[in-house]
Amino acid sequence: MSVVGAVAGVLLGIAALLVCLRLALGPSVLDRLVSMDVLLSVTACGIGAYAAVTRDSTVVPVLVVVSLLGFVGSASVARFIPRDAPQQPKPARSRQPRQPRRPRRSRR
Amino acid sequence: MTTFFDALAGLLVLTGCLLTLLAGVGLVRFPDVLSRMHAATKPQTLGLLCVVAGAGIRLHRSVDVWMLVLVAAFQLVTAPVSGHLVARMAYRTRHVRSDLLVADELRPDLEAAGIEPGPGRRPPRRGRQG
Repeated sequence: MSVVGAVAGVLLGIAALLVCLRLALGPSVLDRLVSMDVLLSVTACGIGAYAAVTRDSTVVPVLVVVSLLGFVGSASVARFIPRDAPQQPKPARSRQPRQPRRPRRSRR
Repeated sequence: MTTFFDALAGLLVLTGCLLTLLAGVGLVRFPDVLSRMHAATKPQTLGLLCVVAGAGIRLHRSVDVWMLVLVAAFQLVTAPVSGHLVARMAYRTRHVRSDLLVADELRPDLEAAGIEPGPGRRPPRRGRQG
């Protein structure tokens, strides 16, 4: 079983390195968000593999916390990304005279 | 019999770790957000389920096994939701490379509804023109 632990550690370490590469390179916020998600699931897989190899059940609640944290983090960040995050710089907007405001209808 | 179960648990753990490694490789190599998400969702569900199954076989106290079932259930419920949110935000902020898409079924619907998908354009509100 210790061989399994060593091999799993190597695989997860390489995976975490690759994910960190994408986290550093990632051109947009969403790439970094996806790679943070994968980094959390690498963490969860590592905790589960540790629990399986050492038969140590004290880390199992941590696994629950990590799996919930991944959802909350990615959902909230994806929710609060500004919708018009520009990929290329916008052309300068010409100022137009403001139109007189109409009386507002009932608020929805 | 114990050896058999240990071997099974080890195989499941290694499968999960291998899926995680594949996700890392795919995350580095794939070209845009949607295809990277395709790679990234493998360890979130299947990889974690494999590792959790292996840990459940090795731990086999009922408290721990129930907690591991809870982890698997949480992951199965929450991973599609967060994936949906991220993919929708990727489409709206135009991080999808449309030259790589085989089919884009959302665009005709958006055009029929008069909504231009893209940065800064909101769906037109009623009662305000210009």
